[in-house]
Formats: sequence, C-alpha cells, structure tokens
Amino acid sequence: MSSPQPSIPPDTASLEALRQSLALRLREFLPRESVLTNEEDQRPYECDGLSAYRKLPWIVVLPDTIEQVGRVLKLCSEQNISVVARGAGTGLSGGALPLSDGVLLSLTKFSRILEIDPDNRTATVEPGVRNLAISEAVAQYGLYYAPDPSSQIACSIGGNVAENSGGVHCLKYGLTVHNILGLKFMTMDGELISVGGKTLDSPGYDLLATLTGSEGMLGIIVEITVKLLPIPERAQVLLAAFDDIEKAGAAVAAIIASGFIPAGLEMMDNLTIRASEDFVKAGYPVDAAAMLLCELDGINEEVNEGIALVRELLLKQGATEVRVAKNETERMRMWAGRKAAFPAVGRVAPDYYCMDGTIPRKHLAKVLTTIGALSRKYGLAVGNVFHAGDGNLHPLILYDANKPSDLKKAEELGGEILEACIAVGGTITGEHGVGVEKINQMCLQFTKEELDQFHALKAAFDPKGLLNPGKAVPKPARCAEFGRMHVHGGKMKFPELERF
Amino acid sequence: MVTVADRDISSALAEAVKMAARNRTPLAIVGNGTKRFYTGEAEGKKLDVTGHVGIVSYEPTELVITARAGTKLADVEAVLSEKGQMLGFEPPHFGDAATLGGTIACGFSGPRRPYAGSARDFVLGAKIINGKGEILKFGGEVMKNVAGYDISRLMVGARGTLGVLLEISLKVLPKPAKELTLAYETPADKAIKTMNNNAGQPLPLSAACHIRNTLYVRLSGNDLGVQAARTKLGGDLVKNGDEFWKQLREHRHDFFQGADALWRLSVPPATSALDLPGNWIIDWGGAQRWLKSAATPGDVYRVAEQAGGHATLFRPGTGNGAKFHPLPAALVALQHQLKQAFDPGSIMNQGLAETI
Repeated sequence: MSSPQPSIPPDTASLEALRQSLALRLREFLPRESVLTNEEDQRPYECDGLSAYRKLPWIVVLPDTIEQVGRVLKLCSEQNISVVARGAGTGLSGGALPLSDGVLLSLTKFSRILEIDPDNRTATVEPGVRNLAISEAVAQYGLYYAPDPSSQIACSIGGNVAENSGGVHCLKYGLTVHNILGLKFMTMDGELISVGGKTLDSPGYDLLATLTGSEGMLGIIVEITVKLLPIPERAQVLLAAFDDIEKAGAAVAAIIASGFIPAGLEMMDNLTIRASEDFVKAGYPVDAAAMLLCELDGINEEVNEGIALVRELLLKQGATEVRVAKNETERMRMWAGRKAAFPAVGRVAPDYYCMDGTIPRKHLAKVLTTIGALSRKYGLAVGNVFHAGDGNLHPLILYDANKPSDLKKAEELGGEILEACIAVGGTITGEHGVGVEKINQMCLQFTKEELDQFHALKAAFDPKGLLNPGKAVPKPARCAEFGRMHVHGGKMKFPELERF
Repeated sequence: MVTVADRDISSALAEAVKMAARNRTPLAIVGNGTKRFYTGEAEGKKLDVTGHVGIVSYEPTELVITARAGTKLADVEAVLSEKGQMLGFEPPHFGDAATLGGTIACGFSGPRRPYAGSARDFVLGAKIINGKGEILKFGGEVMKNVAGYDISRLMVGARGTLGVLLEISLKVLPKPAKELTLAYETPADKAIKTMNNNAGQPLPLSAACHIRNTLYVRLSGNDLGVQAARTKLGGDLVKNGDEFWKQLREHRHDFFQGADALWRLSVPPATSALDLPGNWIIDWGGAQRWLKSAATPGDVYRVAEQAGGHATLFRPGTGNGAKFHPLPAALVALQHQLKQAFDPGSIMNQGLAETI
C-alpha cells in the first residue's frame, strides 16, 4: 500500500530534518503541546489494542478544531507525508499503528457532544467521544446508542465508525453502519465533506456505508450523527447447558427458525466455560460441552411470552439444564462470565492468540471439528467463544510465548482456522478489522481483481495513497510479504476491558 | 411449493461488458422496466439481465437469502413466505414484474423502513460485474464482515452506474406473529409529534403515516407484546391493515393519482409540517414525505434544505426519470471519481450517471 513518496529523502538525516521542519510548520498553527516529537511523549501512541505491533511515531499531532485538522492534512498532502488517524487506541488489528515517516493524527481532543436531539432521536458528536458516553448522555431521555463493542467504556465513536464495530446485540440491532445517520469527514486535501444528517437517507452514492469500516483509509472523520433507540422496557436472559456442541448449534438454529430475533445469543465451549467459572464464579455448568446465553428484550409482556417459548424450545433441543435469571443481579452475573471469557482464558495459559472469523452458523459443527483436529495436530489447546446469533467465532489459541516454536505454531494454526472460515463461505474478520494483522489473509479471501477494485475505490478518495498506508487492503504483489501476528495475552493493552 | 427458474448467465453478461468496455460501447442495463419512471432511460446498447434468475441459496435458520438479480421480487418474497420469513425493508414493487436487482439498484424501502432498516441495511453481500467486465464478489452471507470496503452496500441506490448486479445476499427477518393497524383522527402537526413520541418509547412499532387528517400506526411482534402496546396506544383498529400499507407502499392510494408532480422529501422525522403548496402524505414516522404539488423545484429544494433534508422529484409530471437534489461541488467531484474507479470507460448506464 505504501505509495512512492518522492519528497521524503531516503537517508535518516534528511528524514530527521524533514521531521524538524514539519514540526515547526505544524507549530505555526498548533499549540506546542499539540505537536509531540519527543520519545517520552510519543511512547503512549506506539501501539493500539494489538500491542504485539509497536512502532514509535514520527510526529504525533493533537488538533482541537476541524480547521486545524484541515491545515494538518493540507500541509501533509503538499509534502506527500502520510497520515494515520487514531481514536482511543483500543482497536484489535493494529489499524492505528504509527508510521516511521508519517504523522499520527490523534483525535482524542474531539471529545465534545455537540448536540442531543431527543425529538429526532439523534446525537451529533465528535469522533473522540467514548461509545458509552453517548448512551450515558442520552439516558435522561430514555434513549441509548445500540452498538456495544466490549471496549465501550474506552473506545471512541470515531474508531467504531472506522472499524464498523459490533457488540453482542448485532443480530437484532445491527452494526455501526446501521446506527449512524451522518458523517463529516475531511479528504487528504483538507476538504470538508458532509454526508447524511438527521435524515434516513441522502442523495448520491452511499458514502456513509463506504466510509464505515474503511479503517482510516479514505478520510478523517470529524463529526458523527448517530441514531438513538428507546431503552427496552425489559431484558431477560436464559442460560442453557448442552452435553454436545452440535446440539447447542442446532438449538440456536431452532430459536432463529421459530421466529425469534434474540437481543443477544452467545455460545461458549467447555474450555471457556471452565476458565470463566474459575475466574468470575458466574455459576456456569462446568461439565457442559457447550453453553448458550440467550437474551430477549422488549416490552414486558413480549419478553414474558418469549422467555417461556425459548425455554421450551431449548429443552426440546436437548438442553440438559435451562435457567432463567431471577433478577437483574443474576442476569448481570450470567453475562459477567461471558464478558470475562477472554481474560479468563488468559489465566489458564501464558498467552493466547484471538481469531475473529465469521461463518454461516450451519457450518459451526464442521468448523469446530476442524479446529479440534488442528488443535491436536499442533498440540495447542483452543477455546471457543461464539457470537452464535451472527456467526462470529473467536477461537482463542493457547500457547506459551517463552517456547519459541509455540508462537509460530499458534500463528500457523490461526491461519488455518481463518482458511477454514473462508472455505465454508465465511470471512476472516467479523468485527476486529484487517489492520496490519490480517492483511495476509485478505489475499486468501479476495481475488486480484477484487483487491484492485478496493485500491481503485481508495484512490477515488485518496489519489496519493497517503491515508493509513499499508493497512486493510494488501497490494496483490505484496500479499506474501506480510507475516501473521498474534495477540500476546499477557501484554494486551487495556487489560481491564471486557473482551467479547 | 414455489418454484423459481434457475439460470446463471453471468459469464455471458460479463463477456458482453468486457466487449463493450473494449469498444467503448455504452450499455443500458435493463430489467423488466417497472422503475423506468424513476431511473429514466439509459443510453446505449441494452444489456438484459432478466435471464439471470434463481435463488442461489436460502437458509431460513441463518436468516440469509442469496438470489440472482433478475429474479422477480415477488418470487423472492414467496420463497421467504413459505418459511414464515420476509424482506425486512418491505420494498415497493411498482409493478408485478419487478426484479430484485432493480429494487436494490434503486434502493427502495417501504413503510417498515424507519423501524426495521433500509434495503441497504439488509444487504450482506453482492456479486457484480464492474465496468471492465470483471466478476467481483464483496461481502458475503454472514451478518458481520469487515474485510475490505463495503462495496456491496455502495451498489444500493447506485442505479447500475457502478456495475451490473449479479447476485445479492440479504439478511431476512421472521414474519411477525401478530400485526395490527390503529387509526386516529388528527391534524398533521399533532400526528408528527405523536409518531416521534411513540418512536422514543419501547413499543413494537413497524409503520406510522399520516394521510388526510388520519394517523395510522402499525404494531408488529408477538401476541402479548402487540396487545399490550395496543392497550397503551388506544385508537381504532383498522380492518384491512395489510391492504392499506400495501396501497401506500405501491403508490396505489388515491393520493398518488392526478397530473401534478410527485415529490419525495427526506427530512428529520420530527420536522413540523412543511410550508409548500399541495397535498401531503407523511410516512416513515415523519422521515419521508410525499408531496403532490405544482411548486417549482427551486422552492421544494429550498424548503427541504432548510429543514435539514433533501428532495427528489420522484415522478415528474413529464420527462425522463427522477430528478435528484443538487449536491455540493466537492461531493459531485468525489462521486465522479468513484464512478471512474468502477467504470473507467464510462460505459455503465451513462445517462443515469449524470444525475448522480
């Protein structure tokens, strides 16, 4: 992806001179503390949530206004200097990894909620606003913002748009793309463009969809209008245990076929049930081969009827036990185990490598059998947590980074799992994004012509290829150059965050 | 059991596009022409996609269907209906012969749209032929997919100017167990307030419109949920609710007759009644407003813009195709570059591209 950058001289001394002169130019319109050039100040920006990838930034800028962002971009564009946008830095695919010869544009100062419009049920916010802060700010109107990625207390809405983030409620409430109405973004030339607003559609091509999930490759998002939904009157959760993972898969299919769209539908295998139970004592059935958590929400009567029917269905599908949360405390406890599954698995092995494939649910048994066989072949245990409602599978490969061969084995095993996902018609990433991490597997999922089409689309927005080069879409010729990387459990950033 | 013809002519279509690209022959993609009033007549050699038909896959328990673009929308809906499912965006057909491809290319959604989502929201993947004659596949049959740019959703509403739609994968929804429509005699401004007030509460809403001093509200869900909401909302039960929403969706209601131009205004839903002469239907809980009026385009665009929205001359009294709201220059330039990225030879549905 890195395009030729003729104005950047190859040798270190000239690069340093360019860095110094750029910093001076930036400080003409930015306060001193908003242009970071010292190692000490830059260190916090060296990686995102995928901390296995680290690079000290070249220059970090922290603009505070749209006008400043425009000037940074214009200046960089004129000098052919690349720009990487960064929000809260909680991403899991290295999408905000800095460059050794480009500007890291942090949008954390854009943390203002600009307008809450309860009548139209929208909030207009700056990209640095935290996901959860939106729901907190609008709760007084009985409204909330639906997408709830596991990192929602820390992740920013701008990053959510860049990655098209999901959460556990996707099947019913959709992804980020379904929950935003308008965007303002800047092109690499510093031109401000508005798409959408508080309306349900806008004329012309659907740029809102194109920009969502574009991983900072097309423009710098500076303002977002999100759709707000009424807080459901009630949410209720059922827990079902199965002695066979295939039966659990069939039960999920039966629930969907019966006409229910659960608010959340999660599956865990025995390894992750046991690890979570050890960790948070959620009262999980530790002997079960698989466990389902099914949440229904809506108005009281609707939920009552639903719970009774789903309970009956689960028993009919061979659940060995079905429990309904008696109260809100118990509901939260049932979820606590699931939400702590990643760190819980992190306790039973020195390291784990988290995959993010999505598969058509009907192939779950087949893919899990394949994963089991791969696990035996490589001699590494694999735990599985599964957003069963929407087919997003997170196999967690356990290994020990202190054994040199283990890491390589984990990476190869991970690669084979993603290939198995593609083979059944799935995708290499459901919600974490490609970033730098999965760029290799993009070559497996797409043909040369398809990758070329992605590049042509990118060039329509960013002809010089200066926005986030080297991420998300590999140049066909460079496909083989990228190695697979991994999440180093012990060194994961934001260890306090829930990881779904 | 519904039987749908099964024919894959994608290679022939791709060959035709490849040839046209080589010779720089403009191509006009044609289906069954039910939406020609809206798309207008494209220039060039006809590329007929109606022979590309069939349900490629349908998995009710996955809530996903994939069908070829030439498949009739009615056939897709019949296949879903057999399994108690439906297209969540409740698309208008505008004619019995409407195809799935045409519906997606126009990006049309019906009364359920504000509560369930739009055509674009339900698209999971698409197989297309770009302007170079290459068959490309984006997205897939899974709910969550962030690998690569979202090109399948970009195709929705692009009216064939970026490529030929071959196959579309859609998320589908279970049909609600219970559905009913309530009516209230009320003026427009009060109706707009009520619609938006309702939408801010956890109610199983699935449609809301205001026609001739009457507010109509549809509830969909399970038995107990719908009954509870009905008790809460009051109103008079409408006997033939299904037919009522169908008439509205298909523009068969009396309102749509007559010689005046039909405008569509897309505005923030809580916008109060707009100051333009003519007759109105307020649909989509306030977010979509139909206007039969002799007002000048300039006036309609201005009023829509002042309200934070946009207007489309949806069915001109005369003329060839809808007229869209003028876009700012920067956006027009970007759209042209996008068009170039997919169709470097400018051969796909050219006459239509000029209005994008």
